[in-house]
Amino acid sequence: MTSILTYTFKNLPNTSKWALQFSLRPLSCSSQLRAAPAAQTKSKKTLAKPNMRNIVVVDGVRIPFLQSGTSGLLHRTNVPKDVVDYIIFGTVIQEVKTSNVAREAALGAGFSDKTPAHTVTMACISANQAMTTGIGLIASGQSDVIVAGGVELMSDVPIRHSRKMRKMMLELNKAKTLGQRLSLFSKFRLNFLAPELPAVAEFSTSETMGHSADRLAAAFAVSRQDQDEYALRSHSLAKKAQDEGLLSDVVPFKVPGKDTVTKDNGIRPSSLEQMAKLKPAFIKPYGTVTAANSSFLTDGASAMLIMAEEKALAMGYKPKAYLRDFVYVSQDPKDQLLLGPTYATPKVLEKAGLTMNDIDAFEFHEAFSGQILANFKAMDSDWFAQNYMGRKTKVGSPPLEKFNNWGGSLSLGHPFGATGCRLVMAAANRLRKEGGQYGLVAACAAGGQGHAMIVEAYPK
Amino acid sequence: MAWSQRQLGTGVLVGQYIGHLAGARLRQKSPPLGSPRLSAFHFRPLQLKMVASRAIGSLSRATASRMLRCPGYICRSFSGTSALRTRTHINYGVKGDVAVVRINSPNSKVNTLNKELQSEFMEVMNEIWASDQIRSAVLISSKPGCFIAGADINMIASCKTPEEVTKLSQEGQRMFEKLEKSTKPVVAAISGACLGGGLELAISCQYRIATKDRKTVLGTPEVLLGLLPGAGGTQRLPKMVGVPAAFDMMLTGRNIRADRAKKMGLVDQLVEPLGPGLKPPEERTIEYLEEVAVTFAKGLSDKKISIKRDKGLVEKLTSYAMSIPFVRQQIYKKVEEKVRKQTKGLYPAPLKIIDVVKTGIEQGSDAGYLSESQKFGELTMTKESKALIGLYHGQVLCKKNKFGAPQKEAKHLAILGAGLMGAGIAQVSVDKGLKTILKDATLAGLGRGQQQVFKGLNDKVKKKALTSFERDSIFSNLTGQLDYQGFEKADMVIEAVFEDLSLKHRVLTEVEAVIPDHCIFASNTSALPINEIAAVSKRPEKVIGMHYFSPVDKMQLLEIITTEKTSKDTTASAVAVGLKQGKVIIVVKDGPGFYTTRCLAPMMSEVLRILQEGVEPKKLDALTTSFGFPVGAATLVDEVGVDVAKHVSEDLGKAFGERFGGGSVELLKQMVSRGFLGRKSGKGFYIYQEGVKSKNVNSDMDGILASLKVPPKSDVSSDEDIQYRLVTRFVNEAVMCLQEGILATPTEGDIGAVFGLGFPPCLGGPFRFVDLCGAQNIVDRLRKYEAAYGTQFSPCQLLIDHASSPNKKFFQ
Repeated sequence: MTSILTYTFKNLPNTSKWALQFSLRPLSCSSQLRAAPAAQTKSKKTLAKPNMRNIVVVDGVRIPFLQSGTSGLLHRTNVPKDVVDYIIFGTVIQEVKTSNVAREAALGAGFSDKTPAHTVTMACISANQAMTTGIGLIASGQSDVIVAGGVELMSDVPIRHSRKMRKMMLELNKAKTLGQRLSLFSKFRLNFLAPELPAVAEFSTSETMGHSADRLAAAFAVSRQDQDEYALRSHSLAKKAQDEGLLSDVVPFKVPGKDTVTKDNGIRPSSLEQMAKLKPAFIKPYGTVTAANSSFLTDGASAMLIMAEEKALAMGYKPKAYLRDFVYVSQDPKDQLLLGPTYATPKVLEKAGLTMNDIDAFEFHEAFSGQILANFKAMDSDWFAQNYMGRKTKVGSPPLEKFNNWGGSLSLGHPFGATGCRLVMAAANRLRKEGGQYGLVAACAAGGQGHAMIVEAYPK
Repeated sequence: MAWSQRQLGTGVLVGQYIGHLAGARLRQKSPPLGSPRLSAFHFRPLQLKMVASRAIGSLSRATASRMLRCPGYICRSFSGTSALRTRTHINYGVKGDVAVVRINSPNSKVNTLNKELQSEFMEVMNEIWASDQIRSAVLISSKPGCFIAGADINMIASCKTPEEVTKLSQEGQRMFEKLEKSTKPVVAAISGACLGGGLELAISCQYRIATKDRKTVLGTPEVLLGLLPGAGGTQRLPKMVGVPAAFDMMLTGRNIRADRAKKMGLVDQLVEPLGPGLKPPEERTIEYLEEVAVTFAKGLSDKKISIKRDKGLVEKLTSYAMSIPFVRQQIYKKVEEKVRKQTKGLYPAPLKIIDVVKTGIEQGSDAGYLSESQKFGELTMTKESKALIGLYHGQVLCKKNKFGAPQKEAKHLAILGAGLMGAGIAQVSVDKGLKTILKDATLAGLGRGQQQVFKGLNDKVKKKALTSFERDSIFSNLTGQLDYQGFEKADMVIEAVFEDLSLKHRVLTEVEAVIPDHCIFASNTSALPINEIAAVSKRPEKVIGMHYFSPVDKMQLLEIITTEKTSKDTTASAVAVGLKQGKVIIVVKDGPGFYTTRCLAPMMSEVLRILQEGVEPKKLDALTTSFGFPVGAATLVDEVGVDVAKHVSEDLGKAFGERFGGGSVELLKQMVSRGFLGRKSGKGFYIYQEGVKSKNVNSDMDGILASLKVPPKSDVSSDEDIQYRLVTRFVNEAVMCLQEGILATPTEGDIGAVFGLGFPPCLGGPFRFVDLCGAQNIVDRLRKYEAAYGTQFSPCQLLIDHASSPNKKFFQ
């Protein structure tokens, strides 16, 4: 993952000494960047707030989200990056040896050892949490330049010994005499060796997320066919975006010992007939969530450079977008586990003083087709808004033509800790490409939590 | 009165032995046969050599109560279907080629199998069988939380002869046989209680799908009403789940949750309950269940799904073993032996169940069905069944708040004293979501109490009744503290400090200084008169007695005591809290010993006399348990605590004088002075050792007993006389409580005696006992003993009145 940190800087369009060193994807950079932000040409107002620093994302990158098993992520480079005040990374499944993975990665990537780094975790919205933590640091004037990102290594999750085995091994440490040791060994049973795999299950309910998604889809009466159709849409759009070169946040990554991977390898547009053949993966034999209409877990890493606007401009950067209001929400982890976007969307819109109509680009995390469609239905229901969200009216469901137009987690993959940055960069890049002004990013997460953020295009 | 002993309450008595007395929590006009959750028994699980089976054992708590909170599920009309005509209980529509039959009895929270429902059901099924368009059917209830709660008890109770009941049973059998032989597959979609006749209906269907939630329970609770499953259950169940499991179900009457039912093969598929969607969760879950059931019905009629179930290895072995006649005989024998031992022959139903199952297996199903219907008819006419059904009705009544809704719902409780009782009360409060403060005077005492609550919850986790997460979440409702912080928010304070009047006065004064105006002060005492406690109160209308029984989480009874000054709203609030805690409640007037302790005292006095007359403690125990008491009389004294028994005898003796005399309190005094305090001190009439189950008689008692020996009177000392001396004193005192207005109704008297004191459930409680046995017979007995011992046995006026006019009954 250190490579990702490196890439963040490789792509920085500026006039500094290292700009030429890395010509991977130099943006057209220039002197007029130093000028004050141009007046808004559109009718929409900007969300700048008085007495608040504007926070911008200068750029963001990710390495292709690989299907688990095709990659390891450690790669060392050595680029001076002493301008960075602070590094924050999100991750979900923690490796015990690198419990503060952000710091290890920063050191590995050759950041100044004077740059502190910490790791945050908030399930699928860990990277979002890393970004918003960075926003907090900048807004409060503690830092000017932050690297925020996420990393996940699903192909090598820590697998623990069983509790009994661990207990025995710990006791063995304390055992002094041979007799004590032997008596401990005598308690050994073969089943102690059964390993404990980390599961994508809620701690509070012991329910796997797919199971919950299936129940959610059933609760909102989302049919299997609707789910398959939505998944197909995601794959088709991702394929199209990939073919058209729109997924510009992807940087190639050399997998040690294997070929360089240059694109997301999980995009597989299939046919509805093929998808209909799959058996339900969680609620058997009559459920509706299948492998084809769920996001897949991958290795992946993403990172972005966040700065105070004046600092970015002073350093000659051309920011991509403003990061505006954001909210975190949480609700019942059993029956509303994946409804985070429904709760977060109206709140963040209200906070920013916007409506659904103002949003030009929606980027929602697609955990499951059924989850996205259930969220649509919930957002479009006055009954749900009144009975569960304490709101008078529904917020409305996002128009599909503005929704995840370049694919989503279903097709691109979902490395838990890294998806957040991808969503923000996709929104920012879409706004630039499509000429919109506001993007809305939303995601759900384990624990029944959710997040939404408004991204505003940086004026050209 | 001075009580030096930490409060144990008379309730300690029976608690550990009585087992879970789970309560019927269904409210409806026509009580269903399937729904009673009253356990008349206290038997322990029995292990067979080959297969585990349980004879009538303690019941799991019914979760049926939750169904009552669900909002009514509104049945929507089918779109584009041929709803033929409006029926009262059942209607149906067609989805594609699947008929969806919906059961929804009007004006009731549960569906019961009564005559109308049955005839409508047959009508509908005949239409379905006749229709060319329909290829399969789904049976579903439109009521959240209830599939069918059982057969209509009143329908059976209105029959005058066993033959009439047998005929009813045969009609049921025929109906279900037709269903079983249906060429069009029928899927039972079960959500909520599926008990008794409801279960018999479900197992006659070709396929069963159940919602996997706590409301969904399957079972055959007929045995708890002294009956047997009378509509083919005794014949189908062994075939479906195997003989051992079927015996277990039918002899214990316990509820089986959906996931367990799936493992047993009682249901074929589970459906997870759904959360909120575009409709309330309960409503959508039933819809979803229906959708899934329709899919399976289609699959079955298209032969895409097989009704055959893969059996596990154990199951295969069991069924192989059961095919050997010798093994079968052994199993019948074992089960029968256990049942005889545990019921002491007092309950006819379990033995008949074994007999009927045996007939069906050994002589074929025709003989089995015939035997089932005949035995069912016979059982309905037994006194035992009448007693148990009476208790069931009583329990339903005592699960209602006849004082109406309190002005302010109590949400914040504070409990003083973290002893056995205080912590027990805290436990049953926090797990119902009440925010509870547990206050004690010392950190050690508080810690012990908190640990007791945690252990109680954790035991449920071990039994998989709770998840560890739920346990932690429930435990967070409890705040342990040593001061009065937060009492300003309390809606009710329940004190469970030592049984010492001056201490109770002190805490009452202290508490009244910190609680808000509306807050109720409840005293958990087993005998201290509430008006004496309330004497120091600034607001006696807010003072009430709440007598819990130990162990609080197991014992269902709560005796609420009102004084002259207690306001109606205070009573309503106390009852509401008690109901929330899952209790069966009797409300009695204040007086020495209230109702329960007062009834017990004269019986205990007689126990002492019998021991003084030279009856061995073991013999006395055997005599009382064979009469139907769950705990022997001598053991009872040990369990209560000899010192507590001494105080009660002395104090109530002072209050009631000669009538409470009999045995000499000197016996108890000497035991206390020797340190024989009962179980808690390790020695009483018996010796108690940690980890040792069989108890030995305490030989040191011989000297004490010898020194106090009185000569027995031979004409009143037969085994039967000894039993009746104990029981008639109890009954006489109970009737006197009604006569004096301590008790409001005989029903409450029966419920209090059975659920609080372990009065033999097969007798139905003291009042039912008088009715069934005949008041004259009781009076005759009393007169006989009166002649021998004097006024202690003088029958009270009300009892005499009942004896002199045979038409007078406590229960009409």
